[in-house]
Amino acid sequence: MESLNCEDLGTRAVNQRLRALPDGGHARLLQPRGRHNLAVGLSSRISIDIEGNAGYFLGGLGGNRDGTGPDIVVNGFVGWAVGENLMGGSVRVRGSASQSAGSSARGGTIVIEGDASLRAGISLKGATLAIGGNAGAMSGFMAQSGVILIGGNAGHGLGDSLYEARIYVAGSIDSLGSDAVITEMSDEDLLTVKELVSDAGFDHIDPTRVTKVTSARQLYHFSTHNHGAY
Amino acid sequence: MCGVIGLLIRDRALEPQLGSMLVTMIEALDERGPDSSGIAVYADHWSGDIPDAPRVKVSLGSDEPVDWGRLAASLENRFGETIRPHPFGAGLVVEVPPGGEHGLNAVIAEGWSNVRVLATGLNLRVLKDTGRPSETCARFGVAGWEGYLGVAHTRMATESAVTVLHSHPFVPTKDLCVVHNGSFSNYATVRRFLMAAGVQFDSDNDSEVAARYLARRLQQGDDLEEAIRWVMKEMDGFFTLVISTANELSVVRDAFACKPAVVAETDGYIAVASEYRALAELPGIAAATVFEPRPEEVYTWSR
Repeated sequence: MESLNCEDLGTRAVNQRLRALPDGGHARLLQPRGRHNLAVGLSSRISIDIEGNAGYFLGGLGGNRDGTGPDIVVNGFVGWAVGENLMGGSVRVRGSASQSAGSSARGGTIVIEGDASLRAGISLKGATLAIGGNAGAMSGFMAQSGVILIGGNAGHGLGDSLYEARIYVAGSIDSLGSDAVITEMSDEDLLTVKELVSDAGFDHIDPTRVTKVTSARQLYHFSTHNHGAY
Repeated sequence: MCGVIGLLIRDRALEPQLGSMLVTMIEALDERGPDSSGIAVYADHWSGDIPDAPRVKVSLGSDEPVDWGRLAASLENRFGETIRPHPFGAGLVVEVPPGGEHGLNAVIAEGWSNVRVLATGLNLRVLKDTGRPSETCARFGVAGWEGYLGVAHTRMATESAVTVLHSHPFVPTKDLCVVHNGSFSNYATVRRFLMAAGVQFDSDNDSEVAARYLARRLQQGDDLEEAIRWVMKEMDGFFTLVISTANELSVVRDAFACKPAVVAETDGYIAVASEYRALAELPGIAAATVFEPRPEEVYTWSR
């Protein structure tokens, strides 16, 4: 196992050392101190523990089209856009995440054990985003595909201009965004949530009591009838 | 971008470290605002002060080279030695009895038309300069400053020139500082309204408009939170604003929380910054309560 001190090495050298690890490799990142762009753009099947709080874009651009990639655990909180444009692998944040968690992520799994701030899962494109706590306002904005699970409460404007992503909320919803609707849970949904809850280790969520939010599909094509909804 | 910083000391034992704490925060936000910077420091004790007759500190600066020594001598000549001119950062600070700043302004306007008042305050001194903020800190020994409250800004200019006078913080009235990360879209309209009401501006910076609007609301009798709510109501745009008075520190973000902000609260201090990086080196940060201010919520801490 490799221990990399971010303070001593700097961000670029840390990422180069991570990139050099073969499949099955393991690394610990020490003293991240809110540093941005750690563990980005990695494709190998390695595991990385980050011992402290990380900054923006943690684990972004990682993984492969087949869904494989690094497994990253942050023992702390993270800044904006954790797992941005993730393709595969996983990112688990033991603390909370700032804004735009999982933005534009195409594959892989992002688990936030604490709360996620505003615009979690914005423009999600196929990845799975599981949040143990609350999600801030405008979460799921324009999410195109993939799944968002919110273990706590959702803020205002949930799922605004949603496409085909599905959102499951265990707690309350302050308000839905334009073109987002609450739809009935199917057996398939229940199975999906059960798996998500089990994989994320979110024992506090009862899969039979979540609310499903999807797109009403009224805003896909511009129609003068829907003018007021834009 | 731009970086905003506020640091309110609660544990008086930390007051000698105010400057060094500010410098770690500024250095971390150097790349958010490499053009220019400004640092405001509030301190209780001034060697020249008579305790029951505190003097108004006037921080002077300019966009052009100024012979500060000659200005200091000229002011001393006119007002006497009690004005205690001393170099501060790239400019000069002088001290006048309360109300004396008007006479001072007249003298400066007569013979030193390129000199501007950056700040006035009983407890406040302000340094502004162009160039890398971390280098400015090193050049002027900011780490050695003592005080109970500091506000700083690292600027990446987007809407007006990079000069000393365009730098934050803006100090529109005694002991009130405003630093801003973001952009206001209707500032020209608000500016015209304020100018029609007789408010004078030192720059064409959008943030200065918010600062002067805030000062006007305070002068009309609002408390700090009310005045900040008026800024949110009347000014359209993106902002994280860090605002200070002689005994309060506030932070507020726009409705969409477009610009970042993080707060660390400990028994010893309240620290506000654009990013957590700026808090990571502060003493006792591991035990701090760290959170992000919610959009449109006004957070205010008092001494």
